[in-house]
Amino acid sequence: MAQQIGYSKKVMEHFMNPKNVGTMDDADGHGKVGNPVCGDLMEIFIKVKDDKIEDIRFQTFGCGSAIATSSMVSEMAKGMRLDEAMRITRNDVANELDGLPPVKMHCSNLAADALHEAIKDYKRKKGEIVEEEEKPAGHTCEHNHNHCDTC
Amino acid sequence: MERIFLDHASVTPVDARVLRFAEPYLAGGYGNPSSLHSVGLEARRAIEDARVNVAALINAEKEKTILFTSGATEANNLAIKGAALRNIGKGKKVVSSAIEHMSVLNPMKDLQKNEFEFTTVPVDSSGIVDLEKLEDSLTKETSVTSIMYANNEIGTIEPIREISEIVHEKGLYLHVDATAAAGRIPIDVQADGIDLLTLSSNDMYGPQGAGALYVKTGVRIQPVLPGGGQERGLRSGTENIFAIAGMGEAARIAREEMGAESARLSEMRDNLIEEILKIEETYLTGHRTKRLPHHASFRFSHIEGESILLLMDAQGIQVSTGSACSSKTLEPSHVLLAIGLKHEEAHGSMVLTLGRSNTVEQVSRVVDAVNEMVDKLRKISSLGKE
Ligand code: FES
Repeated sequence: MAQQIGYSKKVMEHFMNPKNVGTMDDADGHGKVGNPVCGDLMEIFIKVKDDKIEDIRFQTFGCGSAIATSSMVSEMAKGMRLDEAMRITRNDVANELDGLPPVKMHCSNLAADALHEAIKDYKRKKGEIVEEEEKPAGHTCEHNHNHCDTC
Repeated sequence: MERIFLDHASVTPVDARVLRFAEPYLAGGYGNPSSLHSVGLEARRAIEDARVNVAALINAEKEKTILFTSGATEANNLAIKGAALRNIGKGKKVVSSAIEHMSVLNPMKDLQKNEFEFTTVPVDSSGIVDLEKLEDSLTKETSVTSIMYANNEIGTIEPIREISEIVHEKGLYLHVDATAAAGRIPIDVQADGIDLLTLSSNDMYGPQGAGALYVKTGVRIQPVLPGGGQERGLRSGTENIFAIAGMGEAARIAREEMGAESARLSEMRDNLIEEILKIEETYLTGHRTKRLPHHASFRFSHIEGESILLLMDAQGIQVSTGSACSSKTLEPSHVLLAIGLKHEEAHGSMVLTLGRSNTVEQVSRVVDAVNEMVDKLRKISSLGKE
């Protein structure tokens, strides 16, 4: 079945045993992207120390790749400097997972966006001005539904 | 790990007895049934035997009411387009329920492009066709009304006899797609008042590549595949003898074993439903009692179907889902939307369809696996946390 859907071994590993699942009561930053109507809703919580992501947790409603990308991005970002983490792209996440099926590239690959939102939330809380130019960039939706505000 | 296949609505594995029966026809030496020599005659006999068995399964009045096709999709197309175009003098209106298979809905839409008026009749939250709306949508110009015997995604069985009465008051023909129901529950086309009925070989443990259309005596259709005139001129093309012979044997076995098998499966189904509904925020989809004996379908709040399918598969259990994320088109199931589910609810669907290979002993393992799966996905999920 997994092969039919076209997931790499790495996607399946992260899906089966996702890392950093959970919430954080005292998070320094919190990001939330997606829409349950479409089948994906990701939340990322970060703890920041010395401008580095000291700890990270995620919660994801979604398909196999949504869960795997969330887990992957959390692993990638852990311990990273904030400016580096801001530069993680969706493609980076997909590449780290040895690729995602084309149909899933846009849809269920929101984890990098959620991470960026969490970092911006942290900065805003600190009183920094956050440039909004790269808001959760063009979530191109393959579904044909009209009431998904992220699509 | 023992594999537990619970996706018999997608495909039924070919029964070993069917394979043994039909295999000689695959190996060749059984010529073209249109040839007059002895080899051709043997092939013809195989097809005619199959016709007898398929006719018996649905209590058709005569064997010759059965036409063999390449499968249910072709049979649905032949029934709908063949009847609508042949009876265009009656009018250019066609009707179906909102929960039909794509192989019914799409030929209907094709007709719509050719200036037919196509109306879909809604269903209630359990998937039963709204009979009043059905009545309202019919006029004297309605040549074809297509309602399925039972739905493959939610298991609901439609009140076909009542539907037949309503249809025949105003409309011309009732077509019934019995792909999901045939071989599982008794079908009597004469008592039910059915004009055209679709059957699928590989939904009743027969080989892929064969289907059948019952055309009631006197019902007029035209071919959608004109050619050399096989199957009374209504379905041309050299017959797939292996698949047809297999389908006949599959129909014979299904008819013989239906009573005992459906009693066995419905008991397992009821156990599954009872146990799985104990999980919080879990709901049955489809009708509780007017339901195919092998069919149990659910939706779980806060989790998504592709994840469900993958986690169940990891435990050796094959299920299916109507979630958008697992479909080729990324569209949620039109059936789940038609019974009133919201998009986010339709995402969390799981369909379990039992079959001959399943045993009572498997039920508890399936229930455990479902519990574990739901628990795991809900822990990961961002939804449902107060
Ligand atoms: S949210 Fe992914 S397709 Fe709409």
